[in-house]
Amino acid sequence: MALATFSIWRGEAGQGKYCKYTTEFSEGMVVLDVIHKIQAEQANDMAVRWNCKAGKCGSCSAEINGMPKLMCMTRMNQLDLSKPVTIEPMKAFPSIKDLVTDVSWNFRVKKQIKKFKPRPPDAPDGSWRMSQEDVDRVQEFRKCIECFLCQDVCHVLREHQLHDEFVGPRYFVYIAALEMHPLDTEDRISELAKAKGIGYCNITKCCTKVCPESITITDNAIIPLKERVVDEFYDPLKRLFRMFRR
Amino acid sequence: MAEYQKFEHDVLIIGAGGAGLRAAIEASAEGVKVGLVCKSLLGKAHTVMAEGGIAAALATVNSADNWKVHFADTMRGGQYINVWRMAEIHAKEAPTCVRELEAWGAVFDRTKQGDILQRNFGGHRYPRLAHVGDRTGLEMIRTLQDHGIHQGIDVHMECTVISLLKEGDRVVGAFGYDRQRGRFLLFQARAIVLATGGIGRAYKITSNSWEYTGDGQTLAYNAGADLMDMEFVQFHPTGMIWPLSVAGLLVTEGVRGEGGVLRNKEGRRFMFDDIPEIYRHQTADNEEEGWRYCTGDRNARRPPELLTRDHVARCIVREVKEGRGSPHGGVFLDISWIKERIPNAPEHIRRKLPSMYHQFKQLADLDITTTPMEVGPTTHYMMGGVRVDAETQMSTVPGLFAAGECAAGLHGANRLGGNSLSDLLVFGKRAGKFAAAFAKEHGFGAINTDQVESLARWALEPFDRGPASPADGQGPYQIQHELQVKMQELVGIVRTEKEMLLALEEIGNLKKRVRSVAVHGNREYNAGWHTALDLTNLLTVSEAITRAGLERRESRGGHFRDDYPNKDKNFGEFNIVVRRGPGGEMQIVPERIPPMPAELKQIIEEQQQ
Ligand SMILES: Cc1cc2nc3c(=O)[nH]c(=O)nc-3n(C[C@H](O)[C@H](O)[C@H](O)COP(=O)(O)OP(=O)(O)OC[C@H]3O[C@@H](n4cnc5c(N)ncnc54)[C@H](O)[C@@H]3O)c2cc1C
Ligand code: SF4
Ligand code: SF4
Ligand code: FES
Repeated sequence: MALATFSIWRGEAGQGKYCKYTTEFSEGMVVLDVIHKIQAEQANDMAVRWNCKAGKCGSCSAEINGMPKLMCMTRMNQLDLSKPVTIEPMKAFPSIKDLVTDVSWNFRVKKQIKKFKPRPPDAPDGSWRMSQEDVDRVQEFRKCIECFLCQDVCHVLREHQLHDEFVGPRYFVYIAALEMHPLDTEDRISELAKAKGIGYCNITKCCTKVCPESITITDNAIIPLKERVVDEFYDPLKRLFRMFRR
Repeated sequence: MAEYQKFEHDVLIIGAGGAGLRAAIEASAEGVKVGLVCKSLLGKAHTVMAEGGIAAALATVNSADNWKVHFADTMRGGQYINVWRMAEIHAKEAPTCVRELEAWGAVFDRTKQGDILQRNFGGHRYPRLAHVGDRTGLEMIRTLQDHGIHQGIDVHMECTVISLLKEGDRVVGAFGYDRQRGRFLLFQARAIVLATGGIGRAYKITSNSWEYTGDGQTLAYNAGADLMDMEFVQFHPTGMIWPLSVAGLLVTEGVRGEGGVLRNKEGRRFMFDDIPEIYRHQTADNEEEGWRYCTGDRNARRPPELLTRDHVARCIVREVKEGRGSPHGGVFLDISWIKERIPNAPEHIRRKLPSMYHQFKQLADLDITTTPMEVGPTTHYMMGGVRVDAETQMSTVPGLFAAGECAAGLHGANRLGGNSLSDLLVFGKRAGKFAAAFAKEHGFGAINTDQVESLARWALEPFDRGPASPADGQGPYQIQHELQVKMQELVGIVRTEKEMLLALEEIGNLKKRVRSVAVHGNREYNAGWHTALDLTNLLTVSEAITRAGLERRESRGGHFRDDYPNKDKNFGEFNIVVRRGPGGEMQIVPERIPPMPAELKQIIEEQQQ
């Protein structure tokens, strides 16, 4: 058993302070284990979200020493324990209490994105045929666990607070998954520039760096979407061609 | 007077996992107004964690598969005490339900012909699990969620229901609180669907999250509904055991489906040493044949690692007990060995089992493409739950429906892997449909305000007693932990009468302590308070598991008794029902299983060959 000190932001609705807790931890523990230990032994009422403890549900997002991370996938031996470890809630969203933030904006944004609209089935039994190569890219995007860490780190939301004009990297991944779905027939490109604000993204790639699912958000989702926007708006020939293809 | 916000929905669905979401989609498609409540954020329910796949006889990989084989496999896995009609409906309707997901945008792994790929899993005769790598649950919940949000469903996230409300016999509403602000909520509804999932938190070593405290089972029980098969808890054979802090975390059966083998510390594949009679003709008797099965050879029989979960779990316990376990008290699960058989094995493993690779790499510093994993049994799934009508999913209380893990019947004494995700779809859909029909035929009932008042008072009492004094053992986490330790020790994988009686005593003591549980702080997002309120549910299901376990004096499926190590033909004709007696005492009633129609019997006989 070794000792660690956590400096945890505690408070409500943005008002609060950092509280220090010192506790023992054992080999193999992750940050979330230590948080739970503190919660069980020293701070019963501490607010923290979690479910799977295995990096699968995207609930336990927080900032550990300033880095947006999943607490359940950050091992204690990856941290410098010579000084207190700072644990804070995500900053791009309003605080509710302690480590819990109000992420409801994300759910509202998603609702405004046009849903999947498949082409008619390929076979009489109502099924479709798709080859694995054609779905590989979409499957990468569909790995997203909606942890919103990419949203948290993106300066457009974090610093500029443009939540009304910009959907954020998570939803570019979502739109890309729909747009590149081999069966989908909906058009979401025309909205991307205006309503979804893709132009604000200046390809800093911060989102890609924090994604716990290693989705190449910028290169594989955002850049191809930006290209499609350009095609759609500035290349009349291509646009015409697309119309025929439909 | 307690203050609360009031909502009206034609159909209220409690739980937003696969079952709840599927029910909500179906009910709203029937044109009624639907409310959906869940304790976590949308998309975070247990279903998101499912790995291996969804079982459905799509016959895309082996054309010999069909609903009859799936039905027979499910019955055999459940040791023939399943509600046969549910097993029949499930096997018949699962393929359509999987195709439906595809129509809503799910992207399953593909066969060479471009169809949905299916993989092998324990107890399934043919490759039957539609999957997406080892993150099938994520694909399923996201597909349902993304489709469901456009259906006009009102979602109440991070809200917990603490009681159902009745008028006469019928259920007419539910009472709960929102976790973020701690305010009370009253839901009035014409019909209610429970889809609250499992009970894993009653045990110390579990693959389940904090949410699985047996809420649905307890809500139903308290409302007078029957529970059934509560003695059958599934211990999954392969959970992580090291490091300690991740003990219990699931290692998907998919690892074995892809060719992973179990070895003891002597390197022996001990699963070959004990193959049950009913599976002997279907099980490989040599390593060569087992491997051929995993590579898709239709003439090969499956390796013994893919026997049913209850059996594999007990074999592991036996190896450990007899001193042949791994350093941390489990056995070895090795997938890396397939490099002897196929080129690019590490690449293949990472593609087929990405999240397992990730999980071990990040949490245990172990590379599964080169090194065997250490695994041991973990509490995983509840076969029992709310007793429902096979066609409609209605419980014994009018207007109250249940689907998914919190309902009983489909899986009998042991669930086959992959049969849960399909269960959620098939019976979630049915529950939604029939709840909507019920709602159309019934008006809103009257709410009993006295009941609401006393619930509100009860819920706030822990604050009045707070803050907890650890010396008095009043802390909610303390009590929860003690219960988990006792259940693990006394009502675990191997049970005896003596230990279960002891467990009842412990549960009795803990019940008394819960009456003085104390919390501090305020009502906003107070995890201690939430845990305190969940304790009653955990204790109720623990008692039900123990009492039903005492009653079943035989070993069958997930229920293994050292004092009655064999199956007893007589018990094979009964399900054990748990219900609340007039004086509030828990009653245990064996109920005879209705006779199976001749056609189904014949299917089972044919499939035995
Ligand atoms: C790690 C893991 C892997 C698995 N892999 C597979 C697999 O490969 N194949 C397979 O078929 N099965 C698998 N299972 C089993 C399967 O995932 C679950 O049985 C299934 O997801 C349960 O779904 P459900 O809809 O019944 O409930 P859940 O998904 O458990 O959802 C329950 C919902 O109810 C809500 N709830 C609970 N109580 C309350 C309350 N009091 N008030 C309000 N809301 C409440 C919760 O918040 C949640 O939204 C796996 C399970 C685990 C843990
Ligand atoms: S690449 Fe674009 S979306 Fe990603 S963090 Fe940078 S600005 Fe935001
Ligand atoms: S894209 Fe990655 S970082 Fe963003 S929400 Fe999804 S999983 Fe999280
Ligand atoms: S708890 Fe699920 S991702 Fe951390």
